[in-house]
Formats: sequence, C-alpha cells, structure tokens
Amino acid sequence: MLKINNLHVEIDGKKILNGLTLHVKPGEVAAIMGPNGSGKSTLSYVVAGKEDYTVTDGEILLDGVNILEMEPNERAAAGLFLAFQYPLEIPGVATMTFLKAAMNAQRKSRGEGELSPGDFMKAVREAAKALGIDPDMLKRPLNVGFSGGEKKRMEILQMALLRPKMAILDETDSGLDIDALRIVAEGVNAQRDPRHGFLVITHYQRLLDHIVPDTVHVMAKGRIVKSGGPEIALELEKHGYAEYVGEAA
Amino acid sequence: MAAVKETVETVKTIDVDQYKYGFVTEIETELAPKGLSEDIVRFISAKKGEPQWLLDWRLEAFRRWQTMTEPTWSRVHYPAIDFQDLHYYAAPKRTPGPKSLDEVDPELLRTYEKLGIPLREQEILAGVEISKVAVDAVFDSVSVVTTFKAELAKVGVIFCAISEAVREHPDLVRKYLGTVVPTSDNFYATLNSAVFSDGSFVYIPPGVKCPMELSTYFRINEQKTGQFERTLIIADKGAYVSYLEGCTAPKRDENQLHAAVVELVALDDAEIKYSTVQNWYPGDSEGKGGIYNFVTKRGDCRGARSKISWTQVETGSAITWKYPSCILRGEGSSGEFYSIAISNGHQQVDSGTKMIHLGKNTTSKILAKGIAAGRSDNTYRGQVSAHRKATGARNFTNCDSLLIGDKCGAHTIPYIEAKNASAVFEHEATTSKIAEDQLFYCMQRGLDEEEAVALIVNGFVKDVLQQLPMEFAVEAQKLIAISLEGSVG
Repeated sequence: MLKINNLHVEIDGKKILNGLTLHVKPGEVAAIMGPNGSGKSTLSYVVAGKEDYTVTDGEILLDGVNILEMEPNERAAAGLFLAFQYPLEIPGVATMTFLKAAMNAQRKSRGEGELSPGDFMKAVREAAKALGIDPDMLKRPLNVGFSGGEKKRMEILQMALLRPKMAILDETDSGLDIDALRIVAEGVNAQRDPRHGFLVITHYQRLLDHIVPDTVHVMAKGRIVKSGGPEIALELEKHGYAEYVGEAA
Repeated sequence: MAAVKETVETVKTIDVDQYKYGFVTEIETELAPKGLSEDIVRFISAKKGEPQWLLDWRLEAFRRWQTMTEPTWSRVHYPAIDFQDLHYYAAPKRTPGPKSLDEVDPELLRTYEKLGIPLREQEILAGVEISKVAVDAVFDSVSVVTTFKAELAKVGVIFCAISEAVREHPDLVRKYLGTVVPTSDNFYATLNSAVFSDGSFVYIPPGVKCPMELSTYFRINEQKTGQFERTLIIADKGAYVSYLEGCTAPKRDENQLHAAVVELVALDDAEIKYSTVQNWYPGDSEGKGGIYNFVTKRGDCRGARSKISWTQVETGSAITWKYPSCILRGEGSSGEFYSIAISNGHQQVDSGTKMIHLGKNTTSKILAKGIAAGRSDNTYRGQVSAHRKATGARNFTNCDSLLIGDKCGAHTIPYIEAKNASAVFEHEATTSKIAEDQLFYCMQRGLDEEEAVALIVNGFVKDVLQQLPMEFAVEAQKLIAISLEGSVG
C-alpha cells in the first residue's frame, strides 16, 4: 500500500532523511519509534506533501502511484491522512463546517456526490459519540481553545469520518493523559481492518500497549535502522535509544 | 455550512481575473454635455422638474465647491481627476419615471436579472423561501423602478426615488436634506450636493417597524459618467428599518467616479440598520480601470435612545474612501460599525468610521476586519471622540487585519479623543497572516488551496457577516471568495 523507497530529504540545505525505505501493507499497523531529531515528523510531513521540504532522491508510492508530484489535497483524496502532532486552530470556522467541507471536497475529487445533510449529521454524531466528544464541541471553532487531548480526539474523529486507506499518526500520544490515550487508541483500533494501513509514529512505548503494532521500525539519523515485531518496542523501553544513535553515527 | 460549500463552488467556477458584473448594457441614453458649470446644475435640476429652493440649494453647493480643493490626507494615490471631463447626468431614454415594471425598458430588467437582483415582484412572490425585499434600482443617474410601494404605503412607509420624494413629499425632504451632511461638509459631499441626480428616500412613520427589508441597487453603466446618488432615510420616533444597498459597474479601462452621500436620521427610540455590499469594478490585475469611490455616509442619532448601525462588506472599487459615521446626539443613543474591507490586486482602501459622542451615556461599538491580498493597500481609519457634555460615553473598538501574501499592506490609524473624564474607550487591534501551516492543514484534509483560503477568511470575518441580513450574508460570503480569487500561490 505505502512504499517509501530510498527517500532523501533536505530542508534549507540540511539533510534530514538519508535513504529511508519503509513499506506498509494493507491491514498492517506499523510503528516508527525513534529519538528526538531522528526525522520522524519530517517523514510524516513529506509524505503528506508539506511545501518546505526538498526531496532530492527516492519515491513515495501509494497503491503503486508516485505521489511526490501531487498537491496535499490530491494526496488526501487518494486516501492519505495525517493526524497532526500539533493540530491547527481555525478561528471562526465551526468544527462541523470544517468536517463537512473536508468530506465533501474529498468526495468531489473522487467523483462522488455530496453527502446529504442527514447522512452527514448521522455520521458525525456516531463518530463523536464513539470518541466521547461532546456534541456542543462540534459547534465551536475547530481546535480553538481545545485542550491537547480534545485536539487529538478531534484528529481521530476526522480520520474516522474520512476513512483514509493509509493513516499516519504523528506522536498522537503526546500531551495525552492515560484516559485520553485509551480513548484515542480505541478509536484507532476500531478502524483496523484488512484494507486499511496505519503508520504510528511515537517516541514512547506506552501508546503501543494500546495500539498493538504488527511491525516496529526504529528510526535514527533519517533512516530505518532496525525492523521487527512488537518485541522491539519493549527492548527500547528497557535500553533506550543510545545503541541506535551510536550505530547510525 | 451550506454557504461555505457555495463559496467554495463559486470560486471553482470562476476564471481568474473575471469580474462577473463587468458587462455593458446597450441602451439608449440621454447624456448631459461633459463638464461642470452652473448651467449643468440648472440642467440637472430642470430635468428633475425641481422646485426653486432645491435649485438654489444646489447652486449654493456648487459655488462653495468651486472654492474647495480635493483632500489629500488619505493613504490612497491616484492621478488628478479632471472634473470637466465627466458627464454629470446620464439617463436611460425610455424611462422618465416609470409607473410600474411594465414601463421599464426590458433591456434594463435583463441587466438587473444578470446581476441576480430580484427586481420582479412576481419572482419574489413565487419564491416560497425567499423573504420579501423591496427594491429601488438606480441606473446611472435615475431611479429605474421601486417595488412593493403599495404594500409599504399601507403601513405609511415611504420608499421611493429621492427625485420623486422632492415632488411628492417636499416638506419631509426639505426638513431633513443636508441636515446630517451639510452642503459645506467636504469636497465630494459638496460636489454631490450640487449635482446629485437620484437615489433613494425612505421615511418610516412613528412606531412603525418596516415590514420588509428595503434595498437599493446602484449600477453605473455609461462611459465617463460620475454617479452621484443621494440617499436620505428617516426613522421617526420608535420606528425601525433595515436597509441594504448593493453596487456594481461594468468593466472599463478608464476610471469611473462615484461620490455618493447617505444621510440617516433616527429620532427618539428609532433604529436604523444600514448594510452595504459594495462590489464596484476594482480594475484589472494590472491596476487599470476601476471605480473611484468617494462616499460620505453619516447617521444622526438625533433622538434619545436611538440606534444606528452600519454594516459593510467592501470588495470592489479601485479606490475606496469612506467612513460611515454616527453622531450620537440623543441621550443614551448608540452607534455600531461592522466592516469587512477586502482588497486584492492593486486596490486601495482607506476606510473606517467616526463615532462622535455628544450626548450623555452614549455607546458605540466598532468591529472592523481588513483583508489585504495581492499588491493592495488596506487602511482602517477611525475616530472616536467624546464631547465634554458626553458623560458616561463608552466605546469598544476592535480592528483586525489579515494579510495574504507578502506584497500587500495593512494599516490601522485610530484617532481617540475624550474631553470628559467619565468616558471609557477601549481599542484592540491585531494583524495576522494566514499561516502556511493552517493552509497545509486544510489541504491535508482535502480542500484545495483556494477553498482553504476561503474557509479561513470566512472564519476571520464571521462576527461581521453575522450582522448582515441572512439573505445577503450568503451573497457576501460568495463575494469574499471571488474577491480573493488568485490571491495565493
């Protein structure tokens, strides 16, 4: 589903990713773990199409199509979703308005008609309920004055409504207390099925207690330095990243 | 929600650099010879069949105007206007005061249809969901048609062309004309007093709440023509009226002049809500052509506890110079100013308001949102003052500017003056830029760049849009999206 091959990325002349290769299959939940500054967030931004980065080599394929030349909205319509580490505030735009604009924009680019107001409301209410989101919050401007946990829940709500083929979760656990973490993890687990892929980026093991990955990749200095099963995460929890930081240097 | 979707749709269907209302209507027109002189003033007055007092009033204004010079204090730049190279009167030939829609040139009706103005009463009546709006349409120098007059007359509301009001209700006109904006007020207002050709007149009798929205649409069609309309609205004791004006013009390479005067009078406990959706031709992407919009709008809260509120959405004109103001004379009266001023391309905007507190316990509120894109320059200029007798005066001002791109400018120039110690004036101002991160976030969710900008901007101006009558808020929202077409990337 998602194939990243030999990806080299720079920002302002500084190399961040150095020949990163990573494949995620349909139905797979892959986790990327790594120390601060290893390029985890850069990877998520580059895949989603943020402008500031220069890709000097490599390719990113989604269902066999190279998405590097595509605009962020085209990538979204192709089925890519990024849950932001720091979700943005959009003052004056009700969350509901934003959700509807996003859903209909994606439907349109796939040649589908718009959702009827009834279907839309039903879908939003159900998804919100599952994530313990107060309906009143949907009337407030998106993310404005929301707590860290509320913002992350809102990201998962958007993911649930947009139902992307491939979702990247960038440090979704940061800033969450244990209850919020559990709710967010349940939201993700509810969407796991053989057709959808997930890439979970995290610094800590604790998220992976709740979202149990199929594969774990360790990232350091802009490359994947080790891959394996969930046991790797436990090792990291015990020994830390020192070994990998040294190895990559 | 539907409105946001519509905004987005509208943006998509429109070509860059396409001013939707830029067509010219081919219609026989009667023009006054170019230039301005006492003879032209007499010509206009005679065309309108005016009484002597009004001719004298015009002539006095004209003589005064000849001694005045154009103001230069605003932050707008343009080549000197040759006031002798303009026509001061242009009228569609077949309509010397139509009695009903049937007498109006069909070409004119088609023009208004193209503008999306629901002029035909039957269409309005047929539309179940559209609320009723009475319309006065002004084409170049004359009022073409006013709808719903009979229904309004039942409750005593007068809504007609000002030229008609001069004939039918001379006492009212004479009592109030020029009492808010005197003939000596400023260069453009004085010019208007000398040569104004038509406009709307509204009178709401005591205790009457006007049963429908009143609306005027202004259209400049003829080449090298100035439009100098004059609007006079009086809300008698305890009356209420909501009034909306809309403006468009054809695309032309040369600049056209628009110098209007609007006077509002609110007596005891009366309320006037005045909304403007201004979409004059702004010029092309190189800055060629467009309307010069020099307008004097002022409301007089003459009575105790009276209220005047101005709401404006300004997206058009090459140059905008206007400061809708409130004179808070009556004890406990209040004034409000809600504004969205958008500039793109090479547009220049110098706009704002004046809140002059004269009476005791008067209050005012200013909420101004400026959005600058392209190479435009957008200035908010606002004055808040309290007279020494205006004890307990209060003002709250909030000015926010949003910049799109890095070649535009936004400026805020407040003048605050309190001559008594009990006045409380608050002023807040912010300037922000649409963050790349916000755009990226919206696009990651599937919105294209223009949809994303439209969404963010509509969020920015939401507080003001909410002040507009519902049916016009949607129109305004679309207009905002269109105005910002091509502003990013």
